[in-house]
Amino acid sequence: MIRLKNIHRDFQVGDQSVHALDDINLQITAGEYVSVMGPSGSGKSTLLNLIGILDHASSGQYFLNDQNVTDMDEQQESRARNQHIGFVFQSFHLIPRLTAAENIELPLVLAGMPPNQRKHRVDEAMQSLGLIDRAHHTPDQLSGGQRQRVAIARATITEPSVILADEPTGNLDQKSGIEVIDTLEALNDKGITLIVVTHDPQLGKRSPRSLGMVDGRIESDESA
Amino acid sequence: MISSDIIFYGWQSLKGYRARTLLMLLAMSISVASVLLLTALGEGARRYVNNEFSSLGTNLIIVIPGRNETSGVGLSSMMGVTPRDLTLEDARALTRHRAVTRIAPLNVGAVEASWQNRKREITLLGSTHDLLPLRHWELDAGQFLPDLDWDRATPVCVIGKKIRDELFGAHAALGQWIRLGQNRYRVIGIMASEGRSIGMDVQETVIIPVASAQALLNTPSLFRIMIETKSRATMQGVIDFTVDTLRERHHGEEDVTVITQDAVLQTFDNILATLTYAVAGIAAISLVVAGILIMNVMLVAVSQRIAEIGLLKALGASRRKILLLILTEAMLLSLLGAAIGFIIGMTGSWGIRIALPEFEAYPPLWAMLASLLVALVTGLLFSLLPARKAARLDPVNALQGH
Ligand SMILES: Nc1ncnc2c1ncn2[C@@H]1O[C@H](COP(=O)(O)OP(=O)(O)OP(=O)(O)O)[C@@H](O)[C@H]1O
Ligand SMILES: [Mg+2]
Repeated sequence: MIRLKNIHRDFQVGDQSVHALDDINLQITAGEYVSVMGPSGSGKSTLLNLIGILDHASSGQYFLNDQNVTDMDEQQESRARNQHIGFVFQSFHLIPRLTAAENIELPLVLAGMPPNQRKHRVDEAMQSLGLIDRAHHTPDQLSGGQRQRVAIARATITEPSVILADEPTGNLDQKSGIEVIDTLEALNDKGITLIVVTHDPQLGKRSPRSLGMVDGRIESDESA
Repeated sequence: MISSDIIFYGWQSLKGYRARTLLMLLAMSISVASVLLLTALGEGARRYVNNEFSSLGTNLIIVIPGRNETSGVGLSSMMGVTPRDLTLEDARALTRHRAVTRIAPLNVGAVEASWQNRKREITLLGSTHDLLPLRHWELDAGQFLPDLDWDRATPVCVIGKKIRDELFGAHAALGQWIRLGQNRYRVIGIMASEGRSIGMDVQETVIIPVASAQALLNTPSLFRIMIETKSRATMQGVIDFTVDTLRERHHGEEDVTVITQDAVLQTFDNILATLTYAVAGIAAISLVVAGILIMNVMLVAVSQRIAEIGLLKALGASRRKILLLILTEAMLLSLLGAAIGFIIGMTGSWGIRIALPEFEAYPPLWAMLASLLVALVTGLLFSLLPARKAARLDPVNALQGH
């Protein structure tokens, strides 16, 4: 489902070139649960952004659901992000002036879905994530764990094929961190592909497949 | 994305940044309101002058002593600076023209009027029987000056309503004798309150035969000669005749100014229309300033919301969509500001009309349309730059807030 071939990503910093990704070859099939670990600056986020089509490779090819992402124009990229990818960020990235429900429905709004169809979907997502009584609260009225669950609901609302989570528990205490991971794993159980970047070896061990990155390269690829 | 959602998003962010929004609304609405108010004032002034001069009468020629270099109305002619006297004989000479239907020599002065022990300063007007129909004035009671030889100084007077009220109060005024200066005059008529014209309120005037006024004011010279012609077409002929006749009578010297109501009206109309356009232009500049303010505030708004724009991109908003969202937000702001300004402007000009009833301060239609249009166009134009800046943000960097 995700196929990366000889992917390089260089950043030009002054007259120096940083190889954030150095000849990445990677294949992830639908429904997999993959954790990505590695020291700071090893290129984990860069890899995730590339998979999420937020960033572009300097060279190499990327296929998502057998579509060549490298060939897409900006409009197609946006649509692919909207339909196939759900992001969960360390810092939640909720819009503070919108309620939980409004934040969750945002991808559907951007997709142009009419309000009456959205309502049903949003209700369902909030129900399954235990957020139904928080629907009309704004983010600042929610706990960290609740915020991240709102973000997860938002990431899944378009029924994407893959969820990309970059240190989703980084801003949470241990208990809500575990809850969030449980939520993500439950989604994976239902068949959604899950890729989680984490610094926490405990969390890393929970996934069937684990990638270890060093200096922009995948040094280890272990399956339990 | 459907349009109601686009508007909702814009509305939400306007509500989210309240202080910013209110400031911009203020700038926008003040600009629009000032366009409306200033043009309403200009238009009001134009109508006022128009009405004042229209009330002079129709097909009217006015002879003023003194030569005005630039033809038309000048200050000296309006103030009646007199190099050589204009006399009753001059006026009489002008009656010879066939097209002259009415003629009213005019004398003006300020004297004290008294009845029993009540006194007040009044404007004294010396004229003839023809003045009333010539000026389209109306009587409230009694009759106007009798149609007699101009040289006869009959001791009668016609008084304005206000003077009647102040001198006579509840007493009947008709038939009473009032004292003007050294002489006594019998009240034979009361003017209706309507007649108004530049610098002269009929309500506060006392009109007596011209010969009486000359005696009372002790001067043979006239203030004006007013001539009514048969038709518009005959006016030029009468003007030429007037100028020729008076030159002849004044030993070859052309020392009078002849103006027509049309000329005066046209001059004022032009001046005031130009003035209205000018103030509208100045106010429109304030709209452009408001537009620049919108640009700055939208730029700040975009930089405040970089992470949010990054998020929208991550959730699948294309560049075009981001552009649309930011432009919509700016348009909502301009629209709202323009609407508020419109209401303030309309209410303000209504207030002016209430405060100054003779001043018909209606903002002209072109000003209403132009102010709204300029508000929207500047709002749109000046938010293009911030919107493009937002649309071009790199999503990864934007999500990190830079
Ligand atoms: N926009 C950029 N400009 C320049 N260099 C960049 C940029 N983004 C990333 N890099 C560099 O690329 C390398 C990989 O960065 P990346 O953010 O992917 O690391 P990471 O593994 O996610 O680290 P962390 O665990 O700290 O989040 C780093 O050396 C970083 O400095
Ligand atoms: Mg990272």
